[in-house]
Amino acid sequence: MSFAEIVRFALRGIGANKLRSALTMLGILIGVAAVILLVAVGNGSAQAITTRIEALGTNTLTVMSTSRGSGGLTPRVAEALDDPVLAPDVRSVSPVVSAPATLTYEGAEHEVTSFVGTTPAWFTASNSPVATGSVFSAEDESQARRVVVIGKTVAEEMFPGTDPVGAQVTVGGALFTVVGVLKEKSSAGFQDAGDTAVAPISAVRQVLAGYGGLSSILVEAAGSGRVDVARSEVATILDERLGAGAYRIQNASQLLETRTETAGTFTALLGAVAAISLLVGGIGITNIMLVTVTERTREIGIRKALGAPRRVILTQFLVEATLLSVIGGGLGVAAAVIGSRFSIVGVRPVIVPSSVLLALGVSVLIGLFFGGLPAARAARLRPIDALRYE
Amino acid sequence: MSATRPVLDVRSLTKVYGEGETTVRALDGVSFQVERGEYLAIMGSSGSGKSTLMNILGCLDAPTAGTYLLDGVDVSRLSDVQLALARNRLIGFVFQAYNLIPRTSAVANVELPLAYAGMRATERRRRAMFALDLVGLADRAELQPNQLSGGQQQRVAVARALVTEPALLLADEPTGNLDSHATEEVLSVLDDLNAAGRTIVLISHEEEVGARADRLIKLFDGRIVADSRQAPVGRHSAAGMVR
Ligand SMILES: Nc1ncnc2c1ncn2[C@@H]1O[C@H](COP(=O)(O)OP(=O)(O)OP(=O)(O)O)[C@@H](O)[C@H]1O
Ligand SMILES: [Mg+2]
Repeated sequence: MSFAEIVRFALRGIGANKLRSALTMLGILIGVAAVILLVAVGNGSAQAITTRIEALGTNTLTVMSTSRGSGGLTPRVAEALDDPVLAPDVRSVSPVVSAPATLTYEGAEHEVTSFVGTTPAWFTASNSPVATGSVFSAEDESQARRVVVIGKTVAEEMFPGTDPVGAQVTVGGALFTVVGVLKEKSSAGFQDAGDTAVAPISAVRQVLAGYGGLSSILVEAAGSGRVDVARSEVATILDERLGAGAYRIQNASQLLETRTETAGTFTALLGAVAAISLLVGGIGITNIMLVTVTERTREIGIRKALGAPRRVILTQFLVEATLLSVIGGGLGVAAAVIGSRFSIVGVRPVIVPSSVLLALGVSVLIGLFFGGLPAARAARLRPIDALRYE
Repeated sequence: MSATRPVLDVRSLTKVYGEGETTVRALDGVSFQVERGEYLAIMGSSGSGKSTLMNILGCLDAPTAGTYLLDGVDVSRLSDVQLALARNRLIGFVFQAYNLIPRTSAVANVELPLAYAGMRATERRRRAMFALDLVGLADRAELQPNQLSGGQQQRVAVARALVTEPALLLADEPTGNLDSHATEEVLSVLDDLNAAGRTIVLISHEEEVGARADRLIKLFDGRIVADSRQAPVGRHSAAGMVR
């Protein structure tokens, strides 16, 4: 008997028990789709976090004061950090002041949560290049010129359809000339990274922040491998100046690690839930298969009595089980792919190829095992024993 | 017909079911031979071991003790593939309980042994329809077993057994559920097959069915109590003339 003929027999077997076949496939479909999709959601959220944190610049350190009122961090401290002898692994230091402010332009008002005052080095250190126009210069900073680089969101809100470069906006009663617009950047956390404005620190202190302490100091290390060294150099200088415990150093790549770890745990958790659903699907299949074992065993007895060799029977039932699980699994993959086009609980799922292979593999194995095993056992029986099976 | 070796040759067959206190000796030292072309009827009360014997003859079951030579070959030595071949090519088996495959049309059921013999689909279909026609069910070919009456299912089972034109036809009460008219039809098919030189072994409860055979074996409690040749009565006339 040819293989094609056996496959036809298997197809007829599937067609002869439509409800059972459909239920089996549904079980596998749900299991496979759940595994792929949940893992994709976990992976998607992990990736989102990673890109957000990477956007912060991974080889920077942020120095913040631990005491309220930020008395400790002064421009003098920032200057002290920019020391090629004591801190050779520091590429640049940018003092940062920031305050909420309202920007006005021809009657249009826009409120930014952080109006940042800093030095030009901040743009490279924080990985925030401009899209149009230019950043302000060191001279702008030393002259306290009132120029500003606005974020993408601000530009879209206040200057819809027009080029903001050259326009004059009012901030805190003073006029600032827009010199550039920041390139769009994925947001860190819930804050919109484009909803900001950056101006020379000298001008911002005059107009908005006053001459108190700095909000933070952004330190750029000389390379991503030298972040840790730079950190200890910075810490040594600060310990001397401010005393230990008066400040805090944050590292984006550190943040990245913890976040990635958390995301990994999250993905694993989702994967476990999904694996359970695959297992439940598998038990469903097993149940359906077991219910029919009696009937199938009798059928195998009849087929053997009519002269079917064991090999042909085994092949037929294995093909049947394989087809069911492969079709069910394939549909599950399709469902997962379609499902991953929609964002789920605010996360864009990103499918992990290995989860597709795993889910498919497991479902096919379940199908083969629970479809094939009873058949293999029945095919070994004497026809009369198979016929009498109860 | 003169054959040098018998088609069936069983020697002190014993079949014991169960273990310990509940053992049943379904067959207890049964020996006989069947020559090629013989028409043998086996009779006996219910539970006398007829079906047990028939299952062994059909290579569906193995005896507890004793030997069974089919066409001179010891069946216990055959491999799975050889057994499958013997069941497929040599033997046509009609079960007492029909044993049709559920949710599969009558004609597909009849085609099954031909499919396992590797016959092409069109030829298979033609022969299956011919066999169904022979038992008077050509118009029911597409119905499934649960849509057929008991007697119709039995006739489908007969058609399935004879579709391969086996040299040996084993029928376990093939007319158990048929009225006298259908019984006559099925039996005349068997008469014709026998007239064409095929060996037939048939189990029946009914005296007139047993009377059509030219040899009668009576079983009682797993033993042969009578084995007699007889002049067949009531054979299909055409068959009688051929002989
Ligand atoms: N699988 C089995 N397990 C245990 N005992 C069995 C089994 N099959 C048959 N028997 C016993 O063997 C004996 C013979 O059974 P068998 O089916 O051969 O009877 P039979 O002559 O065909 O009867 P009937 O005319 O009712 O079909 C019975 O006593 C029966 O109970
Ligand atoms: Mg019986």
